[in-house]
Amino acid sequence: MDRPRHACDVLVVGAGPAGLAAAYRAAHAGRRVTVVDDNPDAGGQIWRGEQREPRSREAQVWFERIRSVDIELIAGARVFEQNGPRSFLAETPAGVCELVFENLVLATGARERFLPFPGWTLPNVIGAGGLQALVKNGLPIERKKVVVAGSGPLLLAVAAYLRAHGAEVLLIAEQASSLRVARFGLGLINQPGKLSQAFALAKGFRYLKDCWVVAAKGEGKLESLVLQRRGKRWGVSCDYLACGFHLVPNLELAELLGCKIEDGAVSVDELQQTSVSQVYAAGEATGIGGLELSLIEGEIAGLAAAGNREDARRLSPERAKQQRFADLLNYAFALRDELKRLAAPETIVCRCEDVVLDRLRAHDSWRAAKLQTRCGMGPCQGRICGSAVEFLFDWKVESVRPPILPVRVESLLSK
Amino acid sequence: MPETVRLIVNDVEVTMPAGSMVSAAIMATGVSVFRRSVTGEPRGPLCGMGICFECRVTIDGEAHCRSCQTECRNGMDVRTDG
Repeated sequence: MDRPRHACDVLVVGAGPAGLAAAYRAAHAGRRVTVVDDNPDAGGQIWRGEQREPRSREAQVWFERIRSVDIELIAGARVFEQNGPRSFLAETPAGVCELVFENLVLATGARERFLPFPGWTLPNVIGAGGLQALVKNGLPIERKKVVVAGSGPLLLAVAAYLRAHGAEVLLIAEQASSLRVARFGLGLINQPGKLSQAFALAKGFRYLKDCWVVAAKGEGKLESLVLQRRGKRWGVSCDYLACGFHLVPNLELAELLGCKIEDGAVSVDELQQTSVSQVYAAGEATGIGGLELSLIEGEIAGLAAAGNREDARRLSPERAKQQRFADLLNYAFALRDELKRLAAPETIVCRCEDVVLDRLRAHDSWRAAKLQTRCGMGPCQGRICGSAVEFLFDWKVESVRPPILPVRVESLLSK
Repeated sequence: MPETVRLIVNDVEVTMPAGSMVSAAIMATGVSVFRRSVTGEPRGPLCGMGICFECRVTIDGEAHCRSCQTECRNGMDVRTDG
């Protein structure tokens, strides 16, 4: 069948910081580079909208670098299937295209982890990064009352962003303990960068540790929340809840390729090479570590994919430094067991198929639950409920098969 | 490049900054319910980044478009299923 075919030496999937860093390094080394991303613009989540509305100097530096080299960017394209060992099919608004490559860098990033609690499916209960993305995408937030909740330094960055855009941030509810958050803060003293800046912004907020949302209430949309802290419960009226429990790597494409996954992340060696030859991975897909770690991993992967292994190795000490910070981060914001008991028997866990907690309890594995209840079988293919049931039941969530996301029938037929 | 775009959400005209996504335009008109779940529950965007599929709406007659990943265009006709 006739369809556009893009051939390159290095294909980078994901145009966030890790992907852009990899693309730049590989292109700078003289390789033909194609970057593909499912969003309409490059930047990923953290640099979303940076080209339109510049905020971060670091982002501008990287976009400048990207413009200085010859890179083909295919935006708005979703890779959904393999078409041979060195070829992908991607769906774009205009139809299907084929991406043929020698080397591959997976920079598929991360998504938020959502945990079910009563009322979490109400409209205007949104992810923390999710609400920030909506505001970056044009949602007016002036004078709206917002509660930011869940876990991780992202909450602070989101709160600061929303306040800067006119929202009234009532409070930030962080599930981690005061002690762990304080230790994390101390660990940041020698760490310049975005996260530490966000942490400094916490001062202006009502930033409650040991605190979480136990219920969202409203008729047809969110109207109020019940919060809990150290045994006390109270209600708060608000327009939006921005709630996310830290991040989880996007692994679908790596799994489709058969890359080894370890501890919920793509397993890589010192050159960011996965268990599959000529397939590299960088950024949050290899474990949650933040912007600086993503950039350095991207640079290493790009250099290695371009065959410049020596220069790639030289960046190892910097990556090790950033990795220590990532370890600190993941320890500080590890989820507490009490959160496993937030969902009531009738609380929906799988939003695509409306499967409630009680129906899942009867099963002992992800596979059994899928077969018997359709949990994880809807359009998101378990991307949302998967990370929840991993936490709630310790189930191993796997079994990716093509197409790795819903596509048009014409796209499937184009094979 | 124009500074704003005008589109129609459920028969209501809305003007958005150029580059805005359809999901933001829908919420800007005061609509919170984008769709109904398989059991009829009201739903709106959750992830904001194309993963959860809760932001699906009908755009120019095409159903199941992810509004968080679709840029607003002049004259676009958007329908929610709330």
